[in-house]
Amino acid sequence: MGQITLEGVAKRFGEVEVIPPLDLTIEDGEFVVFVGPSGCGKSTLLRLIAGLEDVSDGRILIDGTDATDASPARRGLAMVFQSYALYPHMSVRKNIAFPMKMAGLPQDEQSRRIEAAAKALNLTDYLDRRPGQLSGGQRQRVAIGRAIVREPSAFLFDEPLSNLDAALRVGMRLEISELHNRLKTTMIYVTHDQVEAMTMADKIVVLQAGRIEQVGSPLDLYNRPRNAFVAGFIGSPRMNLFSGAVAAEYGAETVGVRPEHISVSAEGGKWKGRIGVSEHLGSDTFLYVEETGLAETITVRSDGEVSLRHGDTVWLTPNEDKIHRFDRNGDRIA
Amino acid sequence: MARAVSRNQKIGWTIAAWIVALVIFFPILYAIITSLKTEQEAIAGFNLIPSFTFESYQAVQSQNDYFKPFMNSVILSVGSTILALIVAIPAAWAMAFSPTKRTKDILMWMLSTKMMPAVAVLVPIYLIFLRTGLMDTRIGLTILLMLINLPIVVWMLYTYFREIPGEILEAARMDGATLRDEIVHILTPMAVPGIASTLLLNVILAWNEAFWTIQLTTTNAAPLSAFIASFSSPQGLFWAKLSAASTMAIAPILILGWFSQKQLVRGLTFGAVK
Amino acid sequence: MATRQTASLARLMRAPAIVLLLIWMLVPLGMTLYYSFLNYNLLNPTNTSWAGWFNYQYFYTDPAFWESIWNTLVLTLGVLFITVAGGILIAMLIDKPIFGQGIVRILVISPFFVMPPVAALIWKNMIMHPSYGVFADIAKFFGAAPIDWFAQFPLFSIIVIVAWQWLPFATLILLTSLQSLDGEQMEAAEMDGAPALSRFIYLTLPHMARAITVVILIQTIFLLGVYAEILVTTNGGPGFASTNLTYLIYRAARLNFDIGGAAAGGIIAVVLANIVAIFLMRAVGKNLD
Repeated sequence: MGQITLEGVAKRFGEVEVIPPLDLTIEDGEFVVFVGPSGCGKSTLLRLIAGLEDVSDGRILIDGTDATDASPARRGLAMVFQSYALYPHMSVRKNIAFPMKMAGLPQDEQSRRIEAAAKALNLTDYLDRRPGQLSGGQRQRVAIGRAIVREPSAFLFDEPLSNLDAALRVGMRLEISELHNRLKTTMIYVTHDQVEAMTMADKIVVLQAGRIEQVGSPLDLYNRPRNAFVAGFIGSPRMNLFSGAVAAEYGAETVGVRPEHISVSAEGGKWKGRIGVSEHLGSDTFLYVEETGLAETITVRSDGEVSLRHGDTVWLTPNEDKIHRFDRNGDRIA
Repeated sequence: MARAVSRNQKIGWTIAAWIVALVIFFPILYAIITSLKTEQEAIAGFNLIPSFTFESYQAVQSQNDYFKPFMNSVILSVGSTILALIVAIPAAWAMAFSPTKRTKDILMWMLSTKMMPAVAVLVPIYLIFLRTGLMDTRIGLTILLMLINLPIVVWMLYTYFREIPGEILEAARMDGATLRDEIVHILTPMAVPGIASTLLLNVILAWNEAFWTIQLTTTNAAPLSAFIASFSSPQGLFWAKLSAASTMAIAPILILGWFSQKQLVRGLTFGAVK
Repeated sequence: MATRQTASLARLMRAPAIVLLLIWMLVPLGMTLYYSFLNYNLLNPTNTSWAGWFNYQYFYTDPAFWESIWNTLVLTLGVLFITVAGGILIAMLIDKPIFGQGIVRILVISPFFVMPPVAALIWKNMIMHPSYGVFADIAKFFGAAPIDWFAQFPLFSIIVIVAWQWLPFATLILLTSLQSLDGEQMEAAEMDGAPALSRFIYLTLPHMARAITVVILIQTIFLLGVYAEILVTTNGGPGFASTNLTYLIYRAARLNFDIGGAAAGGIIAVVLANIVAIFLMRAVGKNLD
């Protein structure tokens, strides 16, 4: 139904190679997230799959058939854009109906699907409004509605939540995850936000400079980052990375330890430091420890009841089993 | 600044602004008032209350056949604008939606043709019109006005078209729209307001054009600008009648103009001020 | 593939506009250049001969030429000064919270929509006429002798009329710019203790600088070509006292039938306009992308 295979797909704009040849398989029904810093080529990759950009090299297979030269419309995919790209001169109903109108679906089938989509997305009361009269979250839902009614073989999302405020973003994140659970359709989702990637994905593809750094489940990436880049990118707060004497002690060029894998004590431990800032979130406490002589600051995630404050001297001890070691090239040492 | 302004302050600003506005508007207002006077009243000294007679309006029509230059103005301004739109819409469309490296240069060059002083080409245009029999014809002047305003029309349309976001066209393509569907269902409805604004502003500009219309017409094709200019010595037309003719000449465009304030800024600054 | 198709289609769509404007630019200008080197008078068209630089020499040794250049300069700068200074003041006034703002705006911009001959005739006959004009009525009311504006101050009178026509344009554009001024920036300056005059000098004026530049440049293009206002009021007189370059060329071509001389004047006008145009194109070009 929605298996997508990229074989040696590459993209060049003139002389500039944005995406060197890469291979990737997305299984039917999977929720795949492309994540990476801005400019890493994740959106370009999505647009290649959508057919909005021509590939410079390689093949794109959708359900085993070559779709490399097929027009976007013929690929049977639906896309939700960052700006939502709603048609401003059409009502919500007409916006949602547009792809079905283009496909020449019968009227009663169109209305049936519109009603169903509107109900699922809480848009029933807004069907006759124009996009300009809707809030950001509602526009987002219309864009999703327009994608759903096509019953595509896969959904493509291009940073769909980046224009929403924080509270709405969490809500929409859940709605999209629920939608995936219900429809079980392949979804490819592009974001620069690793929290979105971790919370939503079945499979994460981490990209940097057009290259795939690692493909795996969220926990794979968390537990076994293949290199220092992925280690630093996945996880919040970021992993602490050390080089120099500490790293040498573990026989590596760089070692990393996540904030949640460092224990803190006022009495004694491995590394001594002083607390710069402490953030008390209630559930957790983030301590930013300075003057350790190892790195500028070491981030520690502790439980919510810690009463340590700015200026206190503390002792840190990393969990030896959770230390990640990387060689000179930044690759993981097994 | 969202701040409570004291009522007295607001009244003070209001009075000042209204005085300035009325002084600026006064010549127009006084022409309208004079047009409603008899000829005796019109030259009888300052008086803001006319006798509300329409005899000057009737006289302008019966003695000077006002309707003919009026229709010429309508035909010339609307005709030249529509001609310009026919040429400019595809051009602006192409430049906005499939720009090349040279698009910017082409646009700047088009703008530069607008900088050419009319008087620099007076001699050849006059001679061409004389020799080809275009002198004092509506068709000749329509084409000329079209050429004069073409750069502005292209520019305005281009700035409007560019505001249509590319993602919307991509969304339509994903939704299965063909190029034809894109044009019919998405682009045209979104472009219509911009085209309408462009049309409005250019009708105004063409209506008020007063160099070429005076140079290239005598009686047949003379629009209102040339017609009114022929009364520079008021022997033929007295004060009240002159006012009536003037009022009729500016009224339609004044009203159109009030509706086009925003487009005016954009069109005349080539998008440099929005 | 699809993109190559669109590219050739786009070329086809651009072509008519480009070709038309190319013809419009090159053919008449080429002809003007050619005529400017000819002895060519419509009263004696058979006696046409090559003139070399004679037309140019004749044109710039004519005292009327320098007078017209001076008049063009005075007219342009005078109108620019009135419209820009007045435009800033009026724009700031209209931008204040006032009752009936919409109507005030409409009244203020109205003169812009009055065609030049009508504007000139209204001012000539209703306002500035030595016996029936409103100014004369005011003078009489105070017991003063009415002034014959167009005879005594011809150029100044034309400056007043043209400034009245262009003041709305300047006001409207400066108002648009003023309204895009960030209110929070102003409040921040107020919090910082900047008095009203300093806020105007250090925040408002720099913010409007771009709009002011655009107003000056665009108006200059149009002001160099002022014609109808002169035609219906002073006819360029008395003598050449209110003749600008445009009007001088018009006289050469249409009243003296001197095709060669008018063409040479036209080329001089092109050179002058181009100097302004270069600056304008830079200002506009910066705003592209």
